[in-house]
Amino acid sequence: MSAIGRSLKRLEDRPLLTGDGCFAADNRADGQVHMRIVRSPIAFGRILDIETDEAKALPGVIAVWTAADIADLPPIDFRMTRIAGLEPYRQHVLARDYVRYVGDPVAVVFADNPYIAEDAAELVFCDIEEETPCLDATADPVAFMPERDPALLSEAAVITKSYGDMEAAFAGAAAIIEMELKVGRHTGVPLETRGALAVRDPETGVLTMYGAAKVPHYNRDSIARMLGLEPEQVRLSEGHVGGGFGIRGELYPEDVLVCAAACRLGVPVKWVEDRREHLMAANHSRDQVHRIKAAVDANGFVRGLVDTFYTDQGGYVRTHGGTVSDLAAALLPGPYLIPAYHVEGHIRLTNKTPSGTYRAPGRYETTFVRERLMDAIAARLGLDPMEVRRVNLIPEDRMPFDRGIEALGTHVLYDSGKYHDLLDRTLTRIGYQDLKADLARRRVAGEAVGLGIAFFVEKSGLGPHDLVTMAVQPDDTIEIVTGAASVGQGVETAMAQICSDVLGVPIERIRVIHGQTDRIAIGFGAFASRVTVMTGSAVKIAAEALRDKAIALAAPLLQADVRTLTLEMGCVVSRDSGATIGLAEIVAQSGKDLDAEGLFRADHMNYPYGIHVAQVRVDEAVSGIQVERYLVAYDVGRAINPMLIEGQIVGAAAQGIGGALLEEFIYNEEGQPLATSFADYLMPTCHEMPPVEVLLREDAPSPQNPLGVKGAGEGGITAVGAAIAAAVDDALGRPGLITSLPISPRRLHALLRR
Amino acid sequence: MTGTVTLSQAQPRRATASLSVTLMVNGAIHDLFIDVRTSLLDALREHIGLTGAKKGCDHGQCGACTVHIDGRRVVSCLTLAAQAQGYDVGTIEGLQGVDGALHPMQQAFIDHDALQCGYCTPGQIMSAIACVQEGHAKSLDEIREYMSGNLCRCGAYVGIVAAIEDVAARTQG
Ligand code: FES
Ligand code: FES
Repeated sequence: MSAIGRSLKRLEDRPLLTGDGCFAADNRADGQVHMRIVRSPIAFGRILDIETDEAKALPGVIAVWTAADIADLPPIDFRMTRIAGLEPYRQHVLARDYVRYVGDPVAVVFADNPYIAEDAAELVFCDIEEETPCLDATADPVAFMPERDPALLSEAAVITKSYGDMEAAFAGAAAIIEMELKVGRHTGVPLETRGALAVRDPETGVLTMYGAAKVPHYNRDSIARMLGLEPEQVRLSEGHVGGGFGIRGELYPEDVLVCAAACRLGVPVKWVEDRREHLMAANHSRDQVHRIKAAVDANGFVRGLVDTFYTDQGGYVRTHGGTVSDLAAALLPGPYLIPAYHVEGHIRLTNKTPSGTYRAPGRYETTFVRERLMDAIAARLGLDPMEVRRVNLIPEDRMPFDRGIEALGTHVLYDSGKYHDLLDRTLTRIGYQDLKADLARRRVAGEAVGLGIAFFVEKSGLGPHDLVTMAVQPDDTIEIVTGAASVGQGVETAMAQICSDVLGVPIERIRVIHGQTDRIAIGFGAFASRVTVMTGSAVKIAAEALRDKAIALAAPLLQADVRTLTLEMGCVVSRDSGATIGLAEIVAQSGKDLDAEGLFRADHMNYPYGIHVAQVRVDEAVSGIQVERYLVAYDVGRAINPMLIEGQIVGAAAQGIGGALLEEFIYNEEGQPLATSFADYLMPTCHEMPPVEVLLREDAPSPQNPLGVKGAGEGGITAVGAAIAAAVDDALGRPGLITSLPISPRRLHALLRR
Repeated sequence: MTGTVTLSQAQPRRATASLSVTLMVNGAIHDLFIDVRTSLLDALREHIGLTGAKKGCDHGQCGACTVHIDGRRVVSCLTLAAQAQGYDVGTIEGLQGVDGALHPMQQAFIDHDALQCGYCTPGQIMSAIACVQEGHAKSLDEIREYMSGNLCRCGAYVGIVAAIEDVAARTQG
């Protein structure tokens, strides 16, 4: 039986269930010292002086650094989406001249234990001349660092993309619809805070950083470059990772500091941030305002769409460069034809925590925008919202569909999709007409209940390539080494299943090594739902090469022609004689290694798609929203392990519900963050979490990889804001009411009184 | 890291002291000499070397650090190590049988796909076991209510609740 498509139990579980997991803070080294960051208490201001003497005098303190002590370290560079003009906005490891958000690292303390480090950090005094912070990305740009360069403004870049004849689109329009839509500031917030342990081997000089995640190879190269080391002198090692969601594993100032300190102080250096720091220092995300204008015909078909949006980038531009804004600009049109499109995305710096990617970056925001537009069109023209979608969806016979613009430097080419078919299946599954009638009856009876449905297109499998090596071990297990990373999504199990599918070896006999830079030369890590597509394809290629090699080596041993040999259940079998030989036995008898490499390249991303359905009940007395039913329909091309995928979808939906209803980083007028603990930054608990149904489809396999797979990590979150907003409108009988996320009780209360 | 933290001479500004504490954890005795401020969580993780209990917030707001004291669940980040003296402290590391067999709740977490990254899992399991023992697992709603102190950012709640329901049904059954 094929190992692909089965909900096999995860290989990863056991150590995690028994307390044997090794997360960042679980690492320790003899003689380690502890690092604590001194963070700016002020949102924007010029640094006049940083007084460290008192901290240095505290017994147990080993060193205190400010920017002057590490003046040789360059700013942290971009990992992706390098756009001309962004360079001056990069973040230095410790603030120079100015602080630009509350939490900006201004100094760092090293001490014998974490308690002393924390006490000493409080003794560092920062003399900062406060300036008026900029907290609104839609306001006119202001100087980024006025004294240093008055001409450098807080608009870092404008991304423009365009196709089609906009003039013609508007000239013949039956209606023109304009809207302003906002998605609030929220982010991944993994349950494990960031942390690292850096150790330099005094003999070899090799620097090892434990606690790496997401993109270990890339970060190894960056750290080496920043510290003036050769890449071979730096090793990054990933252990267990307590959730990634896009934010964890990017190269942050603290990662560079632990590594620099391990080299310069000559002792192992450990750093673990606390939750308050995490909420003000790790990447935030979302926070976009879109102003759209659409020309539609009488059937609701969108003839042309113009969007101007503002991304609140926060204090600096970090490793992602322009990624979020670029994806938003490129993927806003989603599943619809939209023959003319023009977008202008403004990347604006403010005095908040720097932002980066969070699960479905650019898509969560633009799906909210686009689907709110579809609902507005339906309301304006008196049409059923699903009919409006139907006339706009890209028909199957137009696939592959060339959007005519680029995303992340790759051409946007929707590889496959049966959008109308999925809409029909989804509506059938929920019993659309009956459900609508039922909700209407409940509304007549006085309940504020409603239904919202939103369509989305995701993207996955970002290249350029991925390499895996595979080798049969003496104990008859198979070891797969990949440069991918695991952030808790079940990578080991999925890769083992793909390997098992080719070799017939049970997954329990397959070991997957990931996130270790010393085990494989290249690796692109885990982001953009790329692992199953890219690494999975490389595993398949390697496994097939290993199979062919096993057969070739076995032929003389079994005295058989290779053409009569097959690989079954991990043994080479002769069809003629019935003789068999196991893989380890082949190695033993032939005296040769049985190993292989798989390299997979992809020039294009692929595009999974789906639909979210939300049914909500609004409690007007307490301005509360209860999600009664939630369904995610998602076509992933091919499902390697449906259980893992459903887990990803449901978990992502939970986060989406958080972003739609609860989570928001609010700042006061001085730029002080008001959500710095779990008491103020509210995430869904099992109390708020509705049951989530998953309609997993494999109707449109990707023609772009040998498995036909598309990534499944993000589609559960993409349309949550859009679907819930529509459902709340419907429940209250007020189309177009919700234009801003999250729909917190405070915001809903204000809307209900309006 | 050294096992002893003495801040009393180090920092007269903040008068703190060290003291001897004897903890019984999973049936084993540990004599510690620690800062009075040391939480039970830090004592377990940093001084005894049991890193199964996790720190997600250090403020009693996430449940990742949940352990048992005399079978009752507590958030160990808000419990001083000194307060646990004289009681029986149970952690995730003590759940397996001598033969390495998983506790029924651990097995149920596998069966119901109740974890992804696994960071919240030790706390969820300790809380779940107590939830069943307290008799607060009689309905799905009750489980949801009594487990709402344990955050799971991976959103594995459906599996977690199903695992508890399963174990509760078998225990009470
Ligand atoms: S670490 Fe104790 S409740 Fe969060
Ligand atoms: S499994 Fe990741 S936080 Fe619960």
